[in-house]
Amino acid sequence: MLKKAHITKLIKKEEIAKDTFDFYVEAPQIAKAASPGQFIHVKCGDGTFLRRPISICDTEGDILRFIFQIRGKGTAELAQKEVGDYIDILGPLGQGFKIKDKKAFLVGGGIGIYPLLMLAKKLKDPKIFLGFRTKDLVTLEEDFKKWGQVIISTDDGSYGRKGFSIDAVKEMIDECEIIYACGPIPMLKALKNLAEDRGIECQISLEQRMGCGVGACLSCVCKTVRGYDKICQRGPVFDSSEVIFDD
Amino acid sequence: MTNLSVNFCGVNFKNPVVSVSGTFNFGLEYGMYFDLNQLGGITVKGLTLKPRLGNPPPRIAETPCGILNSIGLQNPGVEAFLKNELPMIRKYNTNIIANIAGNTIEEYCEMAKILSESGVDLIEMNISCPNVKEGGVHFGTDPKMVAKITSKVKKYCKKPLIVKLSPNVSDIKAIAKAAEENGADALSLINTILGMRIDINTKRPILRNNVGGLSGPAIKPVAVRMVYEAKQSVSIPIIGMGGIMCGDDAVEFMLAGATLVGVGTASFINPTACVDVIDGIKKYMEKHNINDVNSLTGGVIAY
Ligand SMILES: Cc1cc2nc3c(=O)[nH]c(=O)nc-3n(C[C@H](O)[C@H](O)[C@H](O)COP(=O)(O)O)c2cc1C
Ligand code: FES
Repeated sequence: MLKKAHITKLIKKEEIAKDTFDFYVEAPQIAKAASPGQFIHVKCGDGTFLRRPISICDTEGDILRFIFQIRGKGTAELAQKEVGDYIDILGPLGQGFKIKDKKAFLVGGGIGIYPLLMLAKKLKDPKIFLGFRTKDLVTLEEDFKKWGQVIISTDDGSYGRKGFSIDAVKEMIDECEIIYACGPIPMLKALKNLAEDRGIECQISLEQRMGCGVGACLSCVCKTVRGYDKICQRGPVFDSSEVIFDD
Repeated sequence: MTNLSVNFCGVNFKNPVVSVSGTFNFGLEYGMYFDLNQLGGITVKGLTLKPRLGNPPPRIAETPCGILNSIGLQNPGVEAFLKNELPMIRKYNTNIIANIAGNTIEEYCEMAKILSESGVDLIEMNISCPNVKEGGVHFGTDPKMVAKITSKVKKYCKKPLIVKLSPNVSDIKAIAKAAEENGADALSLINTILGMRIDINTKRPILRNNVGGLSGPAIKPVAVRMVYEAKQSVSIPIIGMGGIMCGDDAVEFMLAGATLVGVGTASFINPTACVDVIDGIKKYMEKHNINDVNSLTGGVIAY
C-alpha cells in the first residue's frame, strides 16, 4: 500500500510546561504503525513553508501523542492549533530504537525525554534518567514512573539530583547492559564515550534540520563511519559507535 | 481526449512533468507515496565521477516561501549509480534523466561517455550548482565557458544533452544561445539562486556552508522570466523549473516557453506533488478546452 500524508484531528492539547505542548491527535494509521524512536513530519500551518520533524512520544489505540517546545516559527504556529483543528502529518518515519532483552538505562535530556516514553513501556524495569535545566521544566515524571525507576536531575538542583543525568548514570553503570538516549549533543557524546569504555551497547537518537523527512534531499545528515548518513532515513536512532561527533 | 504526451529531443514523455535533480534522490523514496510510472520522467540526484561526501550540516534553512540548501552534491558516484540505483528505477516505465557535475571539463566528458553507454534516456549537464567550490556554477556564468564545455561534452554524449543553466548570471539570453550554438539539445532552468540566512542571536549563518541555493515559490517569478527570456533567444526545447507547487504554476512555465516542467522543493511539503501537478495541468486543459498540452508552450501573449 502507498504511504500518504495523514490529515489528523487534534483531540487534546495541554501546555505541560512553559512553551511546551502535549498534543494528542486521532491518527489510526500512524499510531498502529509507529515504533519507539520514530518521528513524524508535521505541517505546522500556512505561515511556515517546510514541515517540522517531531518525535513520537506515545501511541494508544488510534491516538498519537507528541510533545514539542516552541523553538521557532513553525512550532509557534503549531502551538496555535486548538482542539478540533486538523493537522497534516507524515509518518511514522525513520528507524527507531532496536529493543533488546537487556538491563536498560534510558537517558533523556530536555525535550529529548519525550521519545523515550513509548520505549519505556516496551522494556522490563528500565532505569530512567531524566535531565532538565530547572524544576519548572520537569515534565512527564508520573508517566515514566509507571514503567520503571525514575531518576531526575536538574542542572541547578531545584528538583531531584543536582547536576547532569550522566553523573547519575555513571554511579549506577554496573547495573547497565544497554543505553538508549536522546538529548543534547554533549550528553550523547558523554554517553557514547562511557558506553565505549564499558563495552556496552548504546543507541542514540539524533536531530537535524530537515527538508523532505523521507530520505530524498540529503539535508539532514550526521557524520558516521560511512560518511554522511541521512538522519531521517537511516536514523534518527543510531548505534553510538557509528556516529562521529567532531569538534 | 486531452493529449498530455510530449516529444522532447526525440524522446517520448507521457506527460510534461519530471522530478528535478536533488529533490528526489534516485526515485525510490517517493515511489512509496505514488506510482512512479505516472511521471513523465525522473531526474536523479546530481552525479560526480567519484563518490562525493557533500558539505557539513546544517544544510537547509527555511526562508519566506522557500528554502536554502547547501547539500554540496553528496552522491555515490556514477559507477555506483549505474550498478545499484539505475537497475531499480529502470523497472519503471518513465524516462530517466541523469544529472552530472564535474570539477573539470574532462570529468564532464568522462561521465557523458560512461552514461551514453548506459540505460539512461537523457543527460542533464549541471553547470549551475552554487554549492561546490570548483566547477559547478563556475562553468555556467560566462558564455565563453558555456560554449567551450558544451561543445566538448557534446562530442562524448550519445544521448540528448540538456544543459542546466544558473540564474546567477546577468544575461541569460547570451548563456542560452552559447549552449544552443555549441550542441545543446535542450536547456533546463533555473537552478537555485545564491542566498544566505543569519541567526541574529548567535550571529552565525544558519547554513554551515554560510551560503546556499534558494528554491521554492520564492524564486518562481525569476524562473518564469528566465524561461521566457531564454525561449526568446533559442529554438531548442526547455525544461522549466523553480517553485512549481501545483498545475497552475506548471502552466505558467509552459506559457513562458517550457516544453517540460520540473517539480522539486514542492515534494518536501507534499510528497505527491509531482502527480498533483500532472492532475492540475489536466484540469486546466479541461477548463480551457485545450486538447494538446504542447499548444501551451510559448503561448504567453506578451505585450
Ligand atoms: C535540496 C536540493 C538539492 C539540489 N540538488 C541539485 C543537484 O544535485 N543537481 C542539480 O542540477 N540541481 C539541484 N538542485 C536544484 C533543483 O534541481 C532545481 O533546479 C531548483 O531547486 C528549483 O526548483 P524547485 O524550486 O522546484 O525546487 C537542488 C535543489 C534542492 C532544493
Ligand atoms: S530530510 Fe531529506 S533526506 Fe532527510
